[in-house]
Amino acid sequence: MTWTWFHRLGSPPYVYRLAGRLMPWFAWSAALVILLGLFDGLVIAPADYQQGDGFRIIYVHVPAAWLSLMIYTWMGVAAGVGLIWRIKVAHAVAAACAPVGASFTAVALATGSLFGKPMWGTYWVWDPRLTSELLLLFLYLGYMGLRSSFDDLQRADRASAVLAVVGIVNVPIVKYSVVWWNSLHQGSSLSLAGKDTIATPMLIPLLVSMLGFTLFFAAVVLVRLQGEVLRRERSATWVREALA
Amino acid sequence: MTVQFHSMAQFLAMGKYAAYVWPSYGLTLLAVVLNIAWARRLLAQAKTEARRRLAAQEQAA
Repeated sequence: MTWTWFHRLGSPPYVYRLAGRLMPWFAWSAALVILLGLFDGLVIAPADYQQGDGFRIIYVHVPAAWLSLMIYTWMGVAAGVGLIWRIKVAHAVAAACAPVGASFTAVALATGSLFGKPMWGTYWVWDPRLTSELLLLFLYLGYMGLRSSFDDLQRADRASAVLAVVGIVNVPIVKYSVVWWNSLHQGSSLSLAGKDTIATPMLIPLLVSMLGFTLFFAAVVLVRLQGEVLRRERSATWVREALA
Repeated sequence: MTVQFHSMAQFLAMGKYAAYVWPSYGLTLLAVVLNIAWARRLLAQAKTEARRRLAAQEQAA
């Protein structure tokens, strides 16, 4: 096996063109898969025996929460790679992830709040799951704020990368908060070990919706990545070609 | 594979959870739209910026 494909991922012109080529595929499949998942979840899936039709919030709440954690992981790992190997493209990936992750963390918190009111009787409690997810939002916002406090992109990349990497410790805390502490939030419905605690007709639209939003994240981050790569580019030759 | 609702009104009522379900979907849609708009704006700005830089370099040369 050769590693040339991997090394090419560090090359700005290659990544710029690849992102531009891949983006429409992710965008259109995201639109299709999200519509399928949400239609199935809103219309076809049977109502929950305890939560009635209110449970249908999970088809946006769970994908948003999943994105909030997955995107942070991407951001932290990309920032770490950029920091260690000084790869510009890796920093560009991390910078591209942050606003997308922050927005879906806000959606996870807001939809969770709208879910909590009818089911728990309150919009908010200082519960381990909710508090650690709120901390996740602050980590995203802190990362973005720190970046914007530098005029020099290279310095912004390096300083913010440290915060992104350190903040990764919060990801497993959010994930396992419902296991480690006595939480008002229900435990996971999904499990890689195959013991899902959710009925199949409810599970399928959830997985479809999660896939759809993941594809959406990919499409958005590829557009942002093109922008971030361009911002970091000083050598004119390929930029002139790319913009022609 | 059966439709769970008998009428549009029943669907929109979401079994008395309409006030929680629809705002949740609305906020998610808003996030989707904003993400598309922000990403496109970022790329457009980066392109404008890059063009300006190229023009400045050409003038200097």
